[in-house]
Amino acid sequence: MNFDFADQTPKLMMLLWGLIAFAVVVGGLLMLLDAVPAFFARRREARFVAASASGAPPRRRAKPREGLFALFFLLPTVLLLMIGLVVPALRTTLLSFMDGSSQNFVGLDNYRWMFADDAIVRVLLNTLVWVTLVPLAASCMGLLYAVLVDKVRLEAVAKSLIFMPMAISFVGASIIWKFVYAFRSQEQEQIGLLNQIMVSLGGEPRQWLLDSPLNTLLLLVIMVWIQAGFAMVVLSAAIKAIPADIIEAARLDGVSPWQMFRQITLPSIRPALIVVVVTISIATLKVFDIVRTTTNGNYDTSVIANEMYNQAFRYGQNGQGSALAVFLFVLVVPIVIFQIRNIRQQRREA
Amino acid sequence: MAIFARPRQALAIAGAIGLALSATACGTGSSSNGGTSDADSAECAPYETYQGHDGKTVTIYSSIRDIEADRLAQSWKQFEDCTGITVNHEGSGEFEAQLPVRVDGGNAPDLAFIPQPGLLQRFAERDQVKAASAETKAMAEANYPADWLKYSTVNGTFYGAPLGSNVKSFVWYSPKMFQEKGWTVPTTWDDMIKLSDTIADSGVKPWCAGIESGEATGWPATDWIEDVMLRTQTPEVYDQWTTHEIPFNDPRVAEALNRAGTILKNDKYVNGGFGGVRSIATTSFQEAGVPITAGNCALHRQASFYANQWPEGTRVAEDGDVFAFYFPAIDPAKGKPVLGGGEFVAAFNDRPEVQAVQTYLASGEHANSRAKIGDWVSANNKVDLANVANPIDKLSVEILQDDSSVFRFDGSDLMPAAVGAGTFWKGMVEWINGGDTASVLQGIESSWK
Repeated sequence: MNFDFADQTPKLMMLLWGLIAFAVVVGGLLMLLDAVPAFFARRREARFVAASASGAPPRRRAKPREGLFALFFLLPTVLLLMIGLVVPALRTTLLSFMDGSSQNFVGLDNYRWMFADDAIVRVLLNTLVWVTLVPLAASCMGLLYAVLVDKVRLEAVAKSLIFMPMAISFVGASIIWKFVYAFRSQEQEQIGLLNQIMVSLGGEPRQWLLDSPLNTLLLLVIMVWIQAGFAMVVLSAAIKAIPADIIEAARLDGVSPWQMFRQITLPSIRPALIVVVVTISIATLKVFDIVRTTTNGNYDTSVIANEMYNQAFRYGQNGQGSALAVFLFVLVVPIVIFQIRNIRQQRREA
Repeated sequence: MAIFARPRQALAIAGAIGLALSATACGTGSSSNGGTSDADSAECAPYETYQGHDGKTVTIYSSIRDIEADRLAQSWKQFEDCTGITVNHEGSGEFEAQLPVRVDGGNAPDLAFIPQPGLLQRFAERDQVKAASAETKAMAEANYPADWLKYSTVNGTFYGAPLGSNVKSFVWYSPKMFQEKGWTVPTTWDDMIKLSDTIADSGVKPWCAGIESGEATGWPATDWIEDVMLRTQTPEVYDQWTTHEIPFNDPRVAEALNRAGTILKNDKYVNGGFGGVRSIATTSFQEAGVPITAGNCALHRQASFYANQWPEGTRVAEDGDVFAFYFPAIDPAKGKPVLGGGEFVAAFNDRPEVQAVQTYLASGEHANSRAKIGDWVSANNKVDLANVANPIDKLSVEILQDDSSVFRFDGSDLMPAAVGAGTFWKGMVEWINGGDTASVLQGIESSWK
């Protein structure tokens, strides 16, 4: 197929317009954020100058205006949060007590369905598998890697190799791995890495993604592949932040590398480790792209987010979809609370 | 932190951008419509009844994309020129999921081409779709078989005429290969099984199949079941099945599944070049038939639109590289059941210009205008066979216009989406992947409320 620029002119024009609009809106906002505080600062400065010139102490009348000033910055955020988060969340909760057409109240039926339907229970179990294994595996691998490459030659290169999958979108990564798992019959040339390895070792090619529960584990590998880089970067930074004198003192005490890891490194990076686990846990609970791209939830691999999309948008079962969304929300809340408490505690210690 | 050191400089930059913006706005704002035909000319005579809406715009949303969308736009070009109505068509691969979102969100298109009567019914029950005008209804009744109009009628209200159609009861094969090997096109189910055995004995896997289709994985298998169901049961039982008057796990449905399974789940028969039975689940339906051209399999049951899927340079003709025969009936004496599909033009607005477009799309003028451009089938009985070039399309139109054929719409499209586009698809994937008939059917039945 030929690509004709003339044919695409309307689309390209649209793109240009989008770029211009982006520049204007973002530029305007930045300017506003720059100009307004500067304006207030100048006024305050002028007041101080005037006050010091007259010799009288500066008046403390500025409070209400400061409040107004804060409101000016707060209002857009609050408004956007209301429109984008609070109202939809309330509406979704309301819809989860209604039927598929969002017209009649059905009480707790949707929640009952969620735990009674074998297929959905399977979905919940899969999500459980994901959320227990992925943060664990990704953090462990990230930590291991961070410790191993710490202060070795070409550390930056080694780290960027692991970090690179982070830059790939979930869908992109899923497509890459779909090829790794690809299957061709024995007579044909294999296009999948995994099956090629199998064949080279004298085995038979397999359809990796069709067998439960192996397929869920294989999909999970994709998520770990993406997230291990993130864990590694954060943990590596935390390791480097351990004060040198502590390490030196430990060395002088003659610790083994293992003792060093257990008694110095691990306790020192504990806060960073918690941040990593929590962040990956939340990302894992919401996983959707990987499952949808590779198996579309078939062969018993579906997870909550994927099923929620299917129910609400494809099957027209708004109530059941909303119930799944609310359940997902409920699952995320304790993790978030834990995280907030953790941060507060750290602040108090600091 | 100050982003611009000097606010005045920043102001100047912003001003310049603003100026540039308004300048471009003037440049592109005036789009001209150069090729407008004279509304009173002779070639505009057929469009006289639709005139009087000059300058109005009608938006259409559908799942039709790329070259087919271009052809569609071309088919109503003359209409646009003569009536002054601008028709804006937007095709989307996520049509089925996005249309309800747009409708619920108050951003409905004026018209939508809905391929699932089940989805249309859902809109009708929530009063979101507008009833067709009297003119549209009269036009549709004059041009389409009563069978077809039934699918877009909900509780006695008619919501829109069909547009394009396809015939699904086809088996693709290679006439060249058949001639070389001395095989003949089967005309009954038993002949077809005998032929399959002959082919299997010659060392070639007789059937190719694939049901992978992204988000819609599983639909080609539902077509198989529906086609077999139409052949093992009467059309009445088929109707009871699609409307849930008989349970989904009725023994008669199980019988259809098992009969389809004698081909699809038979390792001796499938799956040419792709692997065993389970490879059907991961083979995309687009690729599934292609091994026919390499001689790796001989038969592929797929709809008329599969004509577009052959590799470039493949000649589709009765004596060419590939062609299709009618998926044979089990007892030809009972008539010629045909499974098919198509889209319906539903309106979400009842502005007069929208109704004019809706009526026009039901007319013979549009059907022929589209047919002339190529690769298109419609059940519209005004379609002149001389306008249909593609031999498979011609065969399809003949079947659709044949009085002896018993036409039935794709069952999964008639069912509620949660079943027809949900558990039925998923159930078929499970079934191919080794699930047994009874538990798969039980699973689908329990999801139908």
